[in-house]
Amino acid sequence: MYKLAIRAYFDNGVCNEFETRLERIHVIESDSDALRREIEKQLYSNTLIPDSRGNVLNLIERVDELLSVYECSLWDLQIEKPQIPKEFHEQFIKLTRMVIKAADEVCLSSRAFFNSPHDVPAYNHKVMLYEKEADMISAELKTAIFSSDIDLSLKLHYREFVEKIDGIADKSEDIADRLAIYAIQRIVY
Amino acid sequence: MDPLVLIFLTSGLFLGWALGANDASNVFGTAVGTRMITWRTAAIICAVFVILGALISGAGTSQTLGKLGAISALPGAFMTALSAAIAVYAMTKSGLPVSTSQAIVGAIIGWNLFSSNPTDPATLSKILLTWILCPVLAAGIAIVLFKSFQFASKRIKVHMILSDALTRLSLIFAGALGAYALGANNIANVVGVFIPANPFPVFMIGSFEISSTQQLFLLGGLAIALGIFTFSKHVMMTVGDGLGRLSPTSALIAVLSHSIVLLLFSSQNLESWLIEHGLPSLPLVPVSSSQAVVGAIVGITLLQGINAVRWSVLRKIVLGWVLTPIAAATISFIGLFFLQNVFNLAVV
Repeated sequence: MYKLAIRAYFDNGVCNEFETRLERIHVIESDSDALRREIEKQLYSNTLIPDSRGNVLNLIERVDELLSVYECSLWDLQIEKPQIPKEFHEQFIKLTRMVIKAADEVCLSSRAFFNSPHDVPAYNHKVMLYEKEADMISAELKTAIFSSDIDLSLKLHYREFVEKIDGIADKSEDIADRLAIYAIQRIVY
Repeated sequence: MDPLVLIFLTSGLFLGWALGANDASNVFGTAVGTRMITWRTAAIICAVFVILGALISGAGTSQTLGKLGAISALPGAFMTALSAAIAVYAMTKSGLPVSTSQAIVGAIIGWNLFSSNPTDPATLSKILLTWILCPVLAAGIAIVLFKSFQFASKRIKVHMILSDALTRLSLIFAGALGAYALGANNIANVVGVFIPANPFPVFMIGSFEISSTQQLFLLGGLAIALGIFTFSKHVMMTVGDGLGRLSPTSALIAVLSHSIVLLLFSSQNLESWLIEHGLPSLPLVPVSSSQAVVGAIVGITLLQGINAVRWSVLRKIVLGWVLTPIAAATISFIGLFFLQNVFNLAVV
């Protein structure tokens, strides 16, 4: 959904397709907030998983924040409507693809935490790999932006968007770091 | 029935109450402490199964205590149980872990010394051997259970919520088993010394005959249950402080190991089965529920490395185990002297 929204923006700016995708992500984000509150209520009212409750609530909160990072970066595109030159589009899409891969792996890692904590390190390893790749792409993109002849204010504006998209991979890495500790705590010691 | 009998029995019931207040925490403390089971549920299950254990399987260990010193006079039995109760109370007050089993054995030896009744060396060495064997066996069982659990958890993928529900159910099952084992194994500590005095007449309900011993076991079981309901909440809530926080799974393994060890030392059926099959049997001796739990926890902790064990805490615990029987024997000896010479009561 996010990848399609970014692609739609680079193809046609803030068009109908972009608006629809953004609206869909907004609905998902709102639903996830409601779901998070319901889970919190259930965990406390039924005194479920007392030893892992703190970790689970923390994880849910962080995954919810990851969704917010997605939504915020699209909102900023909608509000600020940066006219990013065509020469950077491919790099932006490449960066988007990589951060989404990192986020997808962290979702799989979160799922593994509940079912098979022994598998968490394998997923986390992939998150780290994709995050590193995303960092490299964002560094290349920023270098390209600042090496171009465009106005400095625009360069700074574009850099901000590179960092916003790259923020998804950073957030995924943060969650993976937490998950690594939570998984160790879950594995019988 | 002589009303004096009830007065003499109070010391045993006091000991039973103390046992209920303290030892219920060995069975359900970790489960309640980790909020896996509410205290109310734990107390009800514990009380019911302690009484059942005492009534159904309590006879085996009582016979061993009887062999150590058959106290035939009620005042003597009263002072023996009271000395054990005082020793338990004093040790608890000074913050030392305590075992009612050791206290009562110490008190009986005190009575033997006072009455010049020779302590049967075979029975005594059997009891002393179990005090070493009990924590070691509990540690061994805990290590085997823990390793098996680790092995299974790597291969069987269970969702956290389902695993939580299974752990709760297992804790209730292990707790019930532990309470039954506690009743079966430790009822001898509470009323065992009164059995030779035979204080109650045989009671008939229809065609059922309830012997004096069974009445004593029921009374003792009720005293333990009272201890659980009136005083165990605080102990259960704070049980984890000294030994460190346990995960619910480790707690389950500790309680299971404890229950298995207590049952091994109290089941007459198991003993006869082992003998029938030519296997070495374990003596039916009241062992300490605290020793079993400590042994199990040390076993689990040892798996994390030798340095993970808090040796200073363990040293204190072992010191408590050594001091308890000595203190109980001394109090018993002095108490019997007073009872005989000041109150002119026949203690032998």
